[in-house]
Amino acid sequence: MRKLAMLLIVLLLVAGGGFWLLSAPTRLEPQLLAAAQPGDATRGEAVFWQGGCASCHAAPGASGDARRVLAGGVQLVTDFGTFVAPNISPSPQGIGGWSFEDLANAMMKGVAPDGRHFYPAFPYASYARMQVQDIADLHAFLQTLPPSDHVAEPHRLKFPYTLRRGIGLWKRLYLSSQPAVTLAGADEAVKRGQYLVEGPGHCGECHTPRDGFGGLDTSRWMAGAPSPEGKGVIPNITGGEGGIDSWSAQDIAYALESGFTPDFDSLGGSMADVVQNMSHVSAADREAIAAYLKAIPAHPNGYPATR
Amino acid sequence: MQSSRLIALIPALALALSAASAATADPITERQALMKDQGRAVGTVTPIMKGEKPFDAAIVQSALKKLNDDAQKIDAATLFPAGTDKGDTTASPKIWEDNAGFVAAIEKYKADTAAAVAADPKDLESFKTAFSQVSKNCGTCHQTYRIKKD
Ligand code: HEC
Ligand code: HEC
Ligand code: HEC
Repeated sequence: MRKLAMLLIVLLLVAGGGFWLLSAPTRLEPQLLAAAQPGDATRGEAVFWQGGCASCHAAPGASGDARRVLAGGVQLVTDFGTFVAPNISPSPQGIGGWSFEDLANAMMKGVAPDGRHFYPAFPYASYARMQVQDIADLHAFLQTLPPSDHVAEPHRLKFPYTLRRGIGLWKRLYLSSQPAVTLAGADEAVKRGQYLVEGPGHCGECHTPRDGFGGLDTSRWMAGAPSPEGKGVIPNITGGEGGIDSWSAQDIAYALESGFTPDFDSLGGSMADVVQNMSHVSAADREAIAAYLKAIPAHPNGYPATR
Repeated sequence: MQSSRLIALIPALALALSAASAATADPITERQALMKDQGRAVGTVTPIMKGEKPFDAAIVQSALKKLNDDAQKIDAATLFPAGTDKGDTTASPKIWEDNAGFVAAIEKYKADTAAAVAADPKDLESFKTAFSQVSKNCGTCHQTYRIKKD
């Protein structure tokens, strides 16, 4: 009896220790960070619009220049509860004291300076594919933005998602800097588009269906998904049935710039913010994104019919 | 005798029928037709916006007028009566949850299209400014008050 109890305790300790080891935060290699040149704020502004930080970190409903004040407060409704995007302006309430290394570890490894895991509602599973130099430039740009002293509300999550440690296991399954799809014979524009879409643009975070643990199902990359907010869908943007095969590359680039679809409907929902960001991106980059979307594998809709 | 009484009934019946059809005139179809018409107006100036065609003051002004005429026809109470988030529509329930916000979005759209017509742009730059003042409303309203279905 005594022996059995001992065995059980040992097993529990091993399991607990295993969980603790497997869920530990990991950071970027110091050599990788040391290779970056000092950040350039002008280039960083381009990265800022590619990355769409304002969609989540500007105040809710902000438009025009107000989208440069990253005060936080936007609510993201998910199956796990409601996340509230924090203040990331250069202020004590934001990330005023953060080094470039801190920002790179947050964006590419989902780890805070104090070692906490971030929730993947912050789309670092996409940002993990970014180039370190882009993050150095972005860091320089973020410091030129106006400070805000707003303190965002805490997240409202269901148990057990309130415990951050478990995110370490999720990262072992889903956090990778590898491309989401392999494209044979991709030209320079398609390669640039792949970087922009799969990395900073984080388009897959909305347009790709998720599995039971909230990881992106890359076998149905960009096939569309039920809306995380419970009503409606996010459309299929591959060339498959229900998708956008009939759109030319120019149609896609113009929709990203202006919000107008080929039949002159105007993109709405959460895509309206993406269009606001994309209208600041260079025309060449919008064309690269369009070229990439025309090159990815076609899939039928990644969501059940709603009507 | 019988038949003449019946004949007398016919106009009354017709009247009743037409009243019924006015009441069931489908607000969803009506508002979608109005929206599509605005889309067509946008389509007439898109080649100019894209730089594929030269600026043409007459084309541009008639598109802005069309958009303004359509905008002034949008009435929340008759085109978006309560309950019409059901059916073949992409209207979001938020229209009724935050009706004051929706009405304000319509009022702003009407004011902006009227201002664009008054601006009467005579070159590409001033047209782009006037048009973006109008087209911002499309995206902003669709962002909050519409959901994509499939
Ligand atoms: C889809 C919404 C979304 C987008 C887009 C987004 N973030 Fe965030 N971000 C979040 C959320 C939610 C959190 C909070 C995560 C947590 O508490 O674990 C967060 C946290 C952060 C933090 C940590 C702040 C702190 O005080 O701990 C930083 C830094 C950050 N984001 C930077 C960025 C940058 C830079 C971009 C653009 C390249 C960006 N984010 C884009 C949602 C987003
Ligand atoms: C925050 C979620 C989100 C992100 C991120 C996002 N999209 Fe979208 N996208 C949507 C929604 C929602 C729609 C439907 C909008 C509508 O019809 O009103 C949409 C529509 C589209 C459409 C039009 C499809 C159609 O059939 O009408 C294209 C093209 C598109 N997105 C491309 C992209 C690209 C490229 C990116 C990355 C740069 C991106 N999206 C990022 C949510 C998102
Ligand atoms: C005040 C809010 C508002 C504004 C401003 C607005 N729309 Fe809409 N639009 C809607 C709503 C709500 C729907 C959904 C109607 C439905 O399906 O019942 C819609 C639907 C549409 C549709 C699809 C119609 C269909 O056949 O299903 C098109 C096209 C469209 N809008 C174009 C535009 C354009 C172009 C503009 C700007 C010039 C614009 N809208 C401005 C609210 C607005």
